[in-house]
Amino acid sequence: MAGKQMEMTGAEMVLQALKDNGVEHIFGYPGGAVLPIYDELHQQDDVEHILVRHEQGAGHMAEGYARSTGKPGVVLVTSGPGATNVVTALQDALMDSIPLVCLTGQVPTSLIGSDAFQECDTVGITRPCTKHNWLVKDVNQLSRIIHEAFRIATTGRPGPVVVDIPKDVQFATGIYTPPSPVIEQKSYQPKVSGDLDKIREAIELMAGAKRPIIYSGGGVVNSGREASQLLRELVDLTGFPITSTLMGLGAYPASGKNWMGMLGMHGTYEANMAMHDCDVMVCIGARFDDRITGRLDAFSPHSKKIHIDIDPSSINKIVRTEVGIVGDVGHVLEDMVRLWRASKKTDKSQLADWWTQIEKWRGRNSLAYASNKDVIMPQYAIQRLYELTKDRDTYITTEVGQHQMWAAQFYGFEEPNRWMTSGGLGTMGYGFPAAVGVQVAHRDSLVIDIAGDASIQMCIQEMSCAVQYGLPVKIFILNNQYMGMVRQWQQLLHGNRLSHSYTESMPDFVKLAEAYGGVGIRCEKPADLDDAIRTMIDTPQPVIFDCRVAALANCFPMIPSGKAHNDMLLPDEASDEAVANAIDAKGRALV
Amino acid sequence: MNAQHQPTGSAYFMTAETTRPETHTLSVLVDNEPGVLARVIGLFSGRGYNIESLTVSETEHEAHLSRITIVTTATPNVLEQIKSQLERIVPVHRVVDLTVRSAELGHDKPLERELALVKVTGTNDNRVEALRLADAFRAQVIDANTEHFIFEITGRVSKIEQFISIMRPLGLVEICRTGIAAMNRGPQGM
Repeated sequence: MAGKQMEMTGAEMVLQALKDNGVEHIFGYPGGAVLPIYDELHQQDDVEHILVRHEQGAGHMAEGYARSTGKPGVVLVTSGPGATNVVTALQDALMDSIPLVCLTGQVPTSLIGSDAFQECDTVGITRPCTKHNWLVKDVNQLSRIIHEAFRIATTGRPGPVVVDIPKDVQFATGIYTPPSPVIEQKSYQPKVSGDLDKIREAIELMAGAKRPIIYSGGGVVNSGREASQLLRELVDLTGFPITSTLMGLGAYPASGKNWMGMLGMHGTYEANMAMHDCDVMVCIGARFDDRITGRLDAFSPHSKKIHIDIDPSSINKIVRTEVGIVGDVGHVLEDMVRLWRASKKTDKSQLADWWTQIEKWRGRNSLAYASNKDVIMPQYAIQRLYELTKDRDTYITTEVGQHQMWAAQFYGFEEPNRWMTSGGLGTMGYGFPAAVGVQVAHRDSLVIDIAGDASIQMCIQEMSCAVQYGLPVKIFILNNQYMGMVRQWQQLLHGNRLSHSYTESMPDFVKLAEAYGGVGIRCEKPADLDDAIRTMIDTPQPVIFDCRVAALANCFPMIPSGKAHNDMLLPDEASDEAVANAIDAKGRALV
Repeated sequence: MNAQHQPTGSAYFMTAETTRPETHTLSVLVDNEPGVLARVIGLFSGRGYNIESLTVSETEHEAHLSRITIVTTATPNVLEQIKSQLERIVPVHRVVDLTVRSAELGHDKPLERELALVKVTGTNDNRVEALRLADAFRAQVIDANTEHFIFEITGRVSKIEQFISIMRPLGLVEICRTGIAAMNRGPQGM
C-alpha cells in the first residue's frame, strides 16, 4: 500500500498516516466531531487506542509515552471542549520540548465561525502553545499535513503540534500521499550539526579551565541515547564535574563519580556553589531557566560560558554566552569528543584544587534531614523507594511540588528516559497520566508516579483508564495533607499564614483505589515502610500507596527568591527564624 | 507593552535595563498561508515586544510568499531575541534586520517609505491653502468636490507626519496610513 497514491476518505487517511509514521498507540476520547476517525479505529488492529477519562490525561499520557520512548506521543480528541481540555498538556509539552501530535476534530467547514455546537477556534487557541498547527480544509492536503506534523514535532527542538480536522474533511474522499523521504518544505530547516570552528573554540576554553563545570539539561535526553553516552564520554575525558537540571536527570548517572547532583532552586550546595565559582561553564541542552539561575545579575559572575542548543533563540536569551553553538546535542558532542581526543591530552591534575573545593562543599551534606523513628520523613520514603526499586526496570514520574523536588534529590537516575516530570510549566496532575503513558509503552516495567496528596487529585480519574487496560501503575503519594510547596512558600513569604493550602477533606486513598478496581495500601510508620513498598511492587494491579509523611517538612536546600547561587538556605541553618527572614520585600514579589 | 522596560525572561532579574532601546526595521519573508500574520503578531504580544509599524502583502504570487515589514523598538539583546523568535515560526523563511544590514552595507539607514490618504474638508482660504501646501509636499489630489480634497502622499514617515500636522488646522477629517515599506539601498537583494 505504502509508496503509491490511493483514494480514500479523510478518516481512512488519518489511520493510514498514523501507520505510515510508525504509530502503535494513541491516547484519546471520542466525540461528535471525530466519530468518522473513531469508526476507522474500530475497524483495524494496527493502532491501539487508549481511552482516557479526560483529554488532559490523554495529553500527559502521550507526553509520558514520548519521553520514555523517544517517539512522538499521539493524541486524538474531539472539537470544542475536547480541544480546550488538552491545552494544558500542549503547553506543558511546549515548555519541556516533548514531541506530541494532537489530532482534533472540528465542526464541518461550512459551520466554522458560526458558533456551532462544540465549536472553538482550536488553531487560534493552540497557536501560542504549539510548535505549529494546521486547520485542514481540503482532504487532499490531509496526508501531507499529517506527515509534516510528525516531522515538525520530532525534528529540531521537539514540541507539540495540532492538526485540526473538520468533520466533513473526515468524510470526504481524496488522494492519500505516503510520507516522502524528500522534504518539500523550504522554510523549516533545523540545523543539527554545530559549527566546527565554534566547537574548537569551546574546546580551547575548556582545556584552559581551572574551575570548569558541565551543566546539562533535557536537551541531552531529547537528543537520544547516543547523546547521553557521549556526555558520559566527555565527562570521563575531561574530568569535569557535572550537574544537571531537573529535566536532564539520568543523562549522566547519579552514581557517576563526577556527579554533583541537581542544581538550581532546590539543587545541592556543591552544584550551585560550583556554578557560582566556576571559570568555564559548558551548558549542554539546557536553557538558563529562572529556577536554575536564581538572581541573574549575580549568576556565575566569573565564568566564560559555552552554550550548546538546537534552538538558536535559547542562546543569549537569558544569559550572554561567549561561545554559542547551534546544533543537536548528540551531533555537537560527537564532534567535541572526537576533537578533544585528537587534540588534547587532558591534564586532570590542573583540576585537583577545584575538586578539593567541591569536596568541601559536598561535605556540607546539603540534603541532610532529621530522621524520625515515629513519623515517616518524606525524604526517607523516597530513599527507601529508591533502594527497593533501583535494581528493577523502573520508570519514575512525578506530579509538581515538594515531592517532585525530593524525588529529584533522593532518587538516583542511572539512565535517560527513566524520569518524567513537568519542569517548565509545573503542571500538577501531570505525573499519574504520564505514568499510564509510560506503562503503555513498557508493559512489563515498574512504573511509579511519585505524587503529592494535592497533585494526585487533579487527574485521579485516569485510575479508571489504568484499570481498564490492566496497566499496573503505582501511585506513591507522599501524603502530608498540605499543598506542601505552597505551604512552604507561605511560611517563607507570608508569615506562615497558611491560606487555603491545607486539604481539610482528604479522600480515603485506599478506598478510592478499591472503588476504581485497584489496590490501596496505607503506611504510617517508618518501620512498616519497606514491607509496604515490597507489597506495592509485587501487586499486579494499579496501586495507590498512601504514604503518610511528616506534615510540615520543608524542602531544602533552597535558593530563596531574589538570591544568588552562593546564598542558599541549608537544612541545618533553616531555623524558624531563618526561614521567616529568608526573603526580603523585593524577593516577595517574585515567583 | 514596552519590551525595553521588561526583564529579559527571569523572575529574578531585578536590575534596571541600562542599554538604550533602538528602533529597527525588520523584513520577514513568510509563506502566504492562513494564520501566518497571527503567528507573527501573537509572538510580539505574547513576549511583550513592541510593534510601531506593521505592513504585510503578498510579494511573490507564484511562490506564495508574503513580506512583512515590522518597525520595533527594543534593546539590542531583545532585538536579537525578536529575530531568533521570528525565525522559529515554521512558515517564516527569512528574517532580515534591515537596520543592521544597512549599517553593514555602509548606509545610514534603510530606505523607508509610507503612503497616506488624507481627507481635508473646508472652504475659501483654508481650501486654497491646503491645495498650495499639498503641492509643496508633492501630494496628489485623488478625489475632490467643492467641499473637500483627498490627498495621496508618499514619503518618509517624518514628511507624512509633517504634512498631517499642517493639514490639521485646515480641516483635516480623516487619515489612513499604510505603515512602512522598506528595503536596503544597493544592487543586492534581501
